[in-house]
Amino acid sequence: MVDARDVHYSIGDRKIFEGLNLSARRGRITAVMGPSGTGKTTLLRLITAAAYPDSGRITVWGRDVGSLRSREVFAMRRRLGMLFQNGALLTDIDVFENVAFPLREHTKLTERLIRDIVLTKLHAVGLRGAASLMPAELSGGMARRVALARAIVMDPELLIYDEPFVGLDPIALGVILRLIQKMNEALGLTSIVVSHDVHELATIAHDSYLISEGRVVASGTPQELGGSDSPIVRQFMSGSPDGPVPFHYPAPDYERQLLDGTQA
Amino acid sequence: MSGARSGVLSRGLQRLGATSLFALRLLTACGPALARPGLIVDQIYNAGGRSLIIIMLSGVSTGAVLGLQGYNLLARFGSASALGIAAALSLIRELGPVLTALLFAGRAGTALTSEIGLMRATDQLTAMEMMAVDPLRYVAAPRFLGGLIAMPLLTAVFNIAGLYGAQLIGVQMMGVDAGTYWSQMQGSLDLRDVNEGIVKSLVFGFVVSLIAVYEGYHSDATAEGVGLATTRTVVASSVLTLLLDYMLTAAFL
Repeated sequence: MVDARDVHYSIGDRKIFEGLNLSARRGRITAVMGPSGTGKTTLLRLITAAAYPDSGRITVWGRDVGSLRSREVFAMRRRLGMLFQNGALLTDIDVFENVAFPLREHTKLTERLIRDIVLTKLHAVGLRGAASLMPAELSGGMARRVALARAIVMDPELLIYDEPFVGLDPIALGVILRLIQKMNEALGLTSIVVSHDVHELATIAHDSYLISEGRVVASGTPQELGGSDSPIVRQFMSGSPDGPVPFHYPAPDYERQLLDGTQA
Repeated sequence: MSGARSGVLSRGLQRLGATSLFALRLLTACGPALARPGLIVDQIYNAGGRSLIIIMLSGVSTGAVLGLQGYNLLARFGSASALGIAAALSLIRELGPVLTALLFAGRAGTALTSEIGLMRATDQLTAMEMMAVDPLRYVAAPRFLGGLIAMPLLTAVFNIAGLYGAQLIGVQMMGVDAGTYWSQMQGSLDLRDVNEGIVKSLVFGFVVSLIAVYEGYHSDATAEGVGLATTRTVVASSVLTLLLDYMLTAAFL
């Protein structure tokens, strides 16, 4: 359904991807993991045609994303839902209108029908009672659930989650985790979850990829990744501060810098 | 030194080019945005309705100063009766559009920039793009049109408040005859004078709203970035308003 082949991408002089290969299969939850700053969010931008690879191909539903005209990009985006790290709800309208927003923009449904659809989606994330609240009145977890309701309101075929667990308390995290699984099973959609929360992801993902230094360093089921003896996979899965991914940002020699008094 | 100067010049030109391109895209987005009059009415209220108090207060005090200074000057030449037309001409042709534009940049322009900048910083604009909704059409165009429509209306309010302020001092306090004050104004004011004011207010409304929306839309997605963009809105709008005012005045004479 989503397929990346030999993708190269850089921002300025900084190389983000150097030959990235991965694919997300229909009806499955695919986890994309990796240390912060490895370009996980950039990958989502490439999949959704918000940025284009320098070389290589990304295909979504069999079509090369890089070759789409802007009208086709918009048509593609109507078939996918995206959940942002912080929810990204529109702050000047209430919860109901936020969820109704894509329907009002893209369909000519009657007010009655819009109301029914929005309430159904809000009910699915357990927030039907919060329909009249403003985004500023919601907790982080609630905002993300509303954003999830908004992401599924157009019944997308592909749902993309960008760091859905960041900053959530254990209860809210559990709720989101269950919702991702429920959406995938009940609606039969394909999900791509980008996150660095290894243990949470391992409980729901069917396939997973670990990205580091611009390419996929390991892939397989979460269990296979857990049993891997590759140093980078082990460091990431166990969360040790030093290893192939260094704790220190590149710097001159410590002793010499302290002794000769040069500025950092 | 000359290197630094040419750097500033090329940055200025780049900025002008980018703003012009943005203006073209914005204007094309205005057509579809007109299909949603509700959004534009909301923005006329935000940019115009919420600036009413400050515009009226500033109008009355500007008019009062005009009344005081004008009366003093004209009385020296024994023509205090011309106070009405003097106040009307200065307000309608110059002070009304210019001061309203400066106040508008400070009150509504900054609000526009910081609102759109924060929408950028909190991913709201990106989220719209991902929902296949063009933020230029949904966010930028209604705000731009709201500002463009609000500006001439605010200028009219400023002028009326100013004429009232000048009348308050000239007629009520200094004793200029009320009949003379109003009839001189009615007799000597040309449609051309009014047109000059309207054209200026439309041009200033266009420029200030465009800058405010552009700066917000292109601000860095950080607290500092939004702050800087807001400052740039006020500085660029004010300088351009005064510069364009001179050109328009020269064109109308």
